[in-house]
Amino acid sequence: MSADQMLAFETDCHIFDGCGFPTPGLHSFVFEPLFTIGGVEVNKPMLLAVLSSVTVLVFLWAAFGRAKVVPGKLQMIGEAGYDFIRKGVVYEALGKKEGDKYVPLMVSMFFFIWIMNLWSIIPVAQFPVTSIIAYPAGLALLVYLIWVPLTFKRHGFIGGIKNISGYNKELGWVLPLVMVLELLSNLLIRPFTHAVRLFANMFAGHVLLLIFTIASWYLLNGIGIAYAGVSFVMVILLTVFEMFIQALQAYVFVLLACSYIQGALAEHH
Amino acid sequence: MIALAASLASEKEPVFLPPMPELVIGLVAFLIVLVVLGKKLLPGINKTLDERRAAIEGGLEKAKAAEEEAKQVLEDYRAQLAEARTEAARLRQEAQEQGAAMVVEMRAEGERQREEIIAAGRAQVEADRQAATAALRQDVGKLAIDLADRIVGESMKDSVRQERTIDRFLDALEAKPADPTKAEVTR
Repeated sequence: MSADQMLAFETDCHIFDGCGFPTPGLHSFVFEPLFTIGGVEVNKPMLLAVLSSVTVLVFLWAAFGRAKVVPGKLQMIGEAGYDFIRKGVVYEALGKKEGDKYVPLMVSMFFFIWIMNLWSIIPVAQFPVTSIIAYPAGLALLVYLIWVPLTFKRHGFIGGIKNISGYNKELGWVLPLVMVLELLSNLLIRPFTHAVRLFANMFAGHVLLLIFTIASWYLLNGIGIAYAGVSFVMVILLTVFEMFIQALQAYVFVLLACSYIQGALAEHH
Repeated sequence: MIALAASLASEKEPVFLPPMPELVIGLVAFLIVLVVLGKKLLPGINKTLDERRAAIEGGLEKAKAAEEEAKQVLEDYRAQLAEARTEAARLRQEAQEQGAAMVVEMRAEGERQREEIIAAGRAQVEADRQAATAALRQDVGKLAIDLADRIVGESMKDSVRQERTIDRFLDALEAKPADPTKAEVTR
């Protein structure tokens, strides 16, 4: 496997060897295909996406596959995560009656995104799948395709438009402006921000980790070794920070999905 | 950032524009998770959670029932205790009353007996006195006649006279019983 397949940046250079710092950039997110299946070139992020799916299923199968009334350790951990999303996010936003339908979606989404993010700090993988826009975009599109039809189904066409555009008679003459802005914001910008929020966080986090990781390696020569140490400490600190961000962004993505559905169900005022 | 934007514009690297294969693979990977969780794993865990809640609620109900029973027993016990106390107080009161009644009765009886004894004594004394009075009257009469016989020398044996004399004497005696000395002097 070449560096282009696994790392997407140069690894054979140190300071004082007459080469420049191999700055990470967009090219760090473009991987050469590892292999081809049925005409589809599979690269590392794709493989990690599939592995995310497998990991979530293996973990949750191990936890819930033979669920017992008196839970084992793994089941307890699984239940904690499940209840966190079910009660802490879905029921909180939608209530038990309306929310129950969306629990599987939200729980799956949270665990799937979290594991895709988590690859960022798993040795060898070391790449957050969600820093490729396609993955968050797909999920955001899915959420969009749930809440927009739901709005019209719940309120009818006119009511749906009123709901999405934040129709409110009391606004008077600003109402047309507000309606245009809200329609634009909710129908066009919302799915974009939903996806980009996750994508950009993981993208930026990965770039930060790359800068210090590459620097630690690049500086490992002569007097540079001292600086390499500092850089490596930063790698560790940022890794801890990223662990937090990964879970947080997965949570935020699911929270927003719930709030969009809540908005679709809400009576306009 | 400018460099990033520039490289985006120039190289057209697919950072913001999702390439189809990745979009599809990502969605398929997610949908597999969704289907397995939604159809198999989450219904299973929900069932288990419901069972657990039922078990816990059953336990709570049992505990509640036991508590109720304990409370009931305690109340019964308290009621019994209170009853016993009332009974004891009642008995004590009764005993006191009975004791007091007895004392009163005894006292009354004692007084009655005393009165009886006194009355009997008085009757005895009265009888004795009367007997003595009668005896004395005869004796005094006899003595007086004897004395008169001797002094007068005249036979007082004549019973009629004798009787008359005695009666007259005694009448005189009784007419002035308060002052016998004076009577004696007058005589």
